[in-house]
Amino acid sequence: MRLTRIAAVAVVAALALGAAACGGDDDKSSSNKFPAGSTMAKLADAGKIKIGTKFDQPLFGLKGLDGKPAGFDVEIAKILTKELGIKDDNIEWVESPSKVREDYIQQDKVSLVVATYTINDARKEKVSFAGPYFTAGQDILVRKDDDSISGPESFQAGDKKVCSVTGSTPAKNIEQYLKDKTAQLVLFDVYSKCLDALKAKQVDAITTDNVILSGFQSQNPDAVKLLGQPFTREPYGIGVKKDDKQFRDWINDVLEAAFKDGRYKTAWDATLGTNVKMPTALTVQRY
Amino acid sequence: MEVFSDKLDVFWNGFLGTVQMCLLAAVGALILGALVAVLRISPIPPLRAVGTAYVTVFRNVPLTVVMFFAAFALPLLGSDASFLKIPGLRDVIKPLGTDLPYFRFATIALTLYTTAFVCEALRSGIGAVPLGQAEAARSLGLSFTQNLRHVVLPQAWKLAIVPLGSVIIAMVKNSALAAAFGVIVTLMGVVDELVSQQYYDAVPVFLGVAVGFLILTIPLGLLLDMVERSQKKVATR
Repeated sequence: MRLTRIAAVAVVAALALGAAACGGDDDKSSSNKFPAGSTMAKLADAGKIKIGTKFDQPLFGLKGLDGKPAGFDVEIAKILTKELGIKDDNIEWVESPSKVREDYIQQDKVSLVVATYTINDARKEKVSFAGPYFTAGQDILVRKDDDSISGPESFQAGDKKVCSVTGSTPAKNIEQYLKDKTAQLVLFDVYSKCLDALKAKQVDAITTDNVILSGFQSQNPDAVKLLGQPFTREPYGIGVKKDDKQFRDWINDVLEAAFKDGRYKTAWDATLGTNVKMPTALTVQRY
Repeated sequence: MEVFSDKLDVFWNGFLGTVQMCLLAAVGALILGALVAVLRISPIPPLRAVGTAYVTVFRNVPLTVVMFFAAFALPLLGSDASFLKIPGLRDVIKPLGTDLPYFRFATIALTLYTTAFVCEALRSGIGAVPLGQAEAARSLGLSFTQNLRHVVLPQAWKLAIVPLGSVIIAMVKNSALAAAFGVIVTLMGVVDELVSQQYYDAVPVFLGVAVGFLILTIPLGLLLDMVERSQKKVATR
């Protein structure tokens, strides 16, 4: 379900007015443009928020020398906190590695999680998702002069070798396309080794999320190329407490509004930049 | 703990991988180490220099770096180490024959690295052979090679066997590093497969890996103790 343009503009206008009103008056009760008792109202009243994000994910959430995380996830989170009238200084970033994200939401250690958090049914049992605000996909990187690989099906013949990282989902995903795993799948602990192996012609391809591969391609435009045909879909969502539909809907509204009025693009350009092509439309899942 | 009943085959395969790599590297390092030790004690200065340079480089560079060069610099030089695909051996040690050269690269790195230590252990053994032995052999008219082959080295092996054992035990443990260079089917590779890919608890898996290494290294240590005791007997006789 998609909001009409007019409705979206109306939402933006309302939110902007609300934010302005809130900024203009220090009395906390007056910030309640939100329905009483809602998560938004509580957060806006408190004037501070705890947000879970990754500290080690380049382009999305990477902790810098100033001790604060930076990246697309962080920018998306800031769009939301601005709408709540919370200053950037009052955001407490909580490192949320993949394994603890559900626990942190359930235990109220964070109010929301923006951490390259793939929406899937298993996770929906424990938490709820707004978004997706970004869709990653598994893609393939090959040497620039190599035209023999056109997609994951090219590995079925058994003569092409592919590299990924130990224990990763992409490594698991690609296995079904391989004829002989032991002879075709090379696994290292980091992707940079895969890149070296690709350049040294010990493997024919690297497979993982297109975001990571795009970064490699932009660093080595003369040596490698990206197929640009993702064969999986990894929708990144914003995790909130299960069944907090009101909060989730509100986040979706803000996301759609931000996409239309350019704040999304600003966040994208500042972090993902030209590494990844921005989608032409943002479709959130409302459930 | 159910990981042991569920995934014993993964541990077993990893164990086999480590055994295969260690056997190859141990044989290779003992042979190469003897050669380098001979170089280091040879009467010809350039050969001595080569031996010394080899030991200086490989004893002082971390194994991770040696492995890195084997895995990423050898291919740049155009080698995928296919000279290690020895017919016959290839059928017993399967990873040698496969298309993925990383088992061979890691084996080469482990061999080259351990060679330096084997050489030094041997040299300590050679140094412990009483000088009179070599002098006597020389006075009998034996050449340098004959002297080494029939008089010095046989005694040196025995004297060096305990430090050599320690070197080999260290090598077995060092082989764990190969898992970071594309060799998945080893004991340490088990960790990657079970912990990061299949989400088993890390502690039991590492316990299993530790046991795997102990199965390899404890018998080696016991063997060394036996050798040491039998040598003492020889000495007191």
